[in-house]
Amino acid sequence: MKEIIKQLVEAYGPSGYEGQVTDIITELVKDYVDELTTDVLGNLIAVKKGTSGKKVMFSAHTDEIGFVITHIDDKGFLRFSNVGGLNILTLVGGRVRFANGTIGVIGKEKGDLKELDLDKLFIDIGAKNREDALEKVKVGDFAIAHREYNDLGNRIVSKAMDDRIGCVVLIEALKKISKPVHDLYFVFSSQEEVGLRGARTSSYAIDPDLGIAVDVTPTGDTPEAPRSEVALGNGAAIKVMDTSVIAHPKVKALLTRLAEAKGIKYQYEVLTRGGTDAGAIHLTKEGVPSGCISIPVRHVHTPSEMIDLDDVQACVDLVVAVAEDALADF
Amino acid sequence: MLLKRLSEACGGPGKESVVRDLIKQEITEQNLADEIICDAIGNLIVKKDGTKSDGPKVMLAAHMDEVALMISNVEKNGLLKFKPVGGIDLRILVGKSVYVGANKVSGVIGAKPIHMQRPEERNTPLGLNELYIDLGVRSQEEAERLVKVGDYAYFTTSFSEFGDNLYKGKAFDDRVGCAVLMEVLKERYEFPLYVAFTVQEEIGLRGSTVAGYTVEPDLALVIEGTAANDIPDSKEHQQSTNLGKGPALTMMDRSVIPNPRLVSEILKVADEHKIPVQIRRGTQGGTDAGKIQGTKGGVPVAVISVPCRYIHGPVSVMNKNDYNNTIELVKNFLKTLEQRGGVL
Repeated sequence: MKEIIKQLVEAYGPSGYEGQVTDIITELVKDYVDELTTDVLGNLIAVKKGTSGKKVMFSAHTDEIGFVITHIDDKGFLRFSNVGGLNILTLVGGRVRFANGTIGVIGKEKGDLKELDLDKLFIDIGAKNREDALEKVKVGDFAIAHREYNDLGNRIVSKAMDDRIGCVVLIEALKKISKPVHDLYFVFSSQEEVGLRGARTSSYAIDPDLGIAVDVTPTGDTPEAPRSEVALGNGAAIKVMDTSVIAHPKVKALLTRLAEAKGIKYQYEVLTRGGTDAGAIHLTKEGVPSGCISIPVRHVHTPSEMIDLDDVQACVDLVVAVAEDALADF
Repeated sequence: MLLKRLSEACGGPGKESVVRDLIKQEITEQNLADEIICDAIGNLIVKKDGTKSDGPKVMLAAHMDEVALMISNVEKNGLLKFKPVGGIDLRILVGKSVYVGANKVSGVIGAKPIHMQRPEERNTPLGLNELYIDLGVRSQEEAERLVKVGDYAYFTTSFSEFGDNLYKGKAFDDRVGCAVLMEVLKERYEFPLYVAFTVQEEIGLRGSTVAGYTVEPDLALVIEGTAANDIPDSKEHQQSTNLGKGPALTMMDRSVIPNPRLVSEILKVADEHKIPVQIRRGTQGGTDAGKIQGTKGGVPVAVISVPCRYIHGPVSVMNKNDYNNTIELVKNFLKTLEQRGGVL
């Protein structure tokens, strides 16, 4: 599993430009699925056909937070705006990478740290002047954080764990499911970080009977962390609510029952700030019972997001359990 | 000139009927459409059949509403209290003339004169509690004979040409988009064209949320008036767009990341036809494109904007060439699409 994680977290895929990620996933899953399609918004939808007539949608997003270039000055320095929720404290001195491999350093103008905002930051790609910069980058190009993958043993730290680790969970799960009961739609969704946009349209097209997002959640187990019961290594997190969705009681009950029955380590997640694809899925058409299986991640929305492999495995097992359940209530 | 009439027409969010009637009348008189629908929320959706029976459904959209002030209370003394609807900088309001309500009753936004202000009052911009509209009447009864709570007040700006090839007037956001679409409607294409003049954009892209479902397009372009901040105190990277440098394409804003293929095709068309274009700097604001993109299973969208200085204020300024080049860019893109049999 580590190999797939490394391959996916290292890929380039800011919101709206997830093609490299979906290409990798296509290669990884094509032999295990009945159908594979890409839609207008860039969602990759992998289908395994069942016989029950029920449709289950799982969704993990392929996009990562990043940067969009808004201006290039005469000296070749780039200005940028955020793509999704960047934490400004993590930016200065960091590096970014563009689709063509160009690397840049984030620098800041002089001034009081308290007044630091994105307008006072710039990216230096080592260009001599504007013309030189334009050889490599244009206004409107997107970039991602550039940071290496580190294997810490049972824990791994990298950029873009949010939500490539969710993609890994879905890939590992769909490999394990040999005889699907229901029509299973594994959506590798686009543009989650800018407002759950890919999940919204893919869910409309699929019109599922049950929707499960697989996404990361911050932990409350670090020094003086914002309050959260979720801890790294404590298992799959079953979402109770966040700012985008209140997990349907039936879905929360289903996930809890399956975790108990299969001996899968789990914890409940109450997230007071943040949303996930389930927020879009549950409002599709007349409404879809939806919930979320979350992978605990430390340092979310920094270039150093940390996961625990046991948690990831627990999430894989829980996804498989949902897929293989009779789903009598749905 | 239609742009002048559109700019001077008054239509706050939810009360776009004057603008809608003007557009509808113009389309009917010039026989520009095969079908005109006004939906329940007030969008005007105009269909122009293609010369071929099939082809992609192409949707063009511009919003009819403008930011405005809604009358919230008529005071005992006949003065009106109000609330901004859409983003309005309160600091620009004092001392402006306004028209209130459908009958365009004249009023003035008043405040205590500088002579009477205490030094500390001079240092703080006036808030909604201090500002009021004076209709020149003496009592609540007199005022209520002229206007009602819920009426909108609008700036009284007349449209005119001025300076070096510029236009000034109110509500260029997004009457300029409406005017561009009226020009585009004059030609017929192989594919069916759906032109949506939407409502309530300024308070949350509400009209386009509905219009997208009505049209179910295969491709959509949103035409906007966008902020140009090319004024002395902003640094180059904060200017968003510049007047005279051509229509602006959006790479990302708060509502949408436009379809990369569509954007690059539009840039190619601009290049081939030597139409100047600029990429909008900054990612502030949102447009109807956000809602149209999210319609049903998803729609490829792009946003083309005419740069306008001082938008959401009493008078905005735009460049004639930018306006004409936006019309040319949209027309040429549609022709290119036609030559390719409607395939992007």
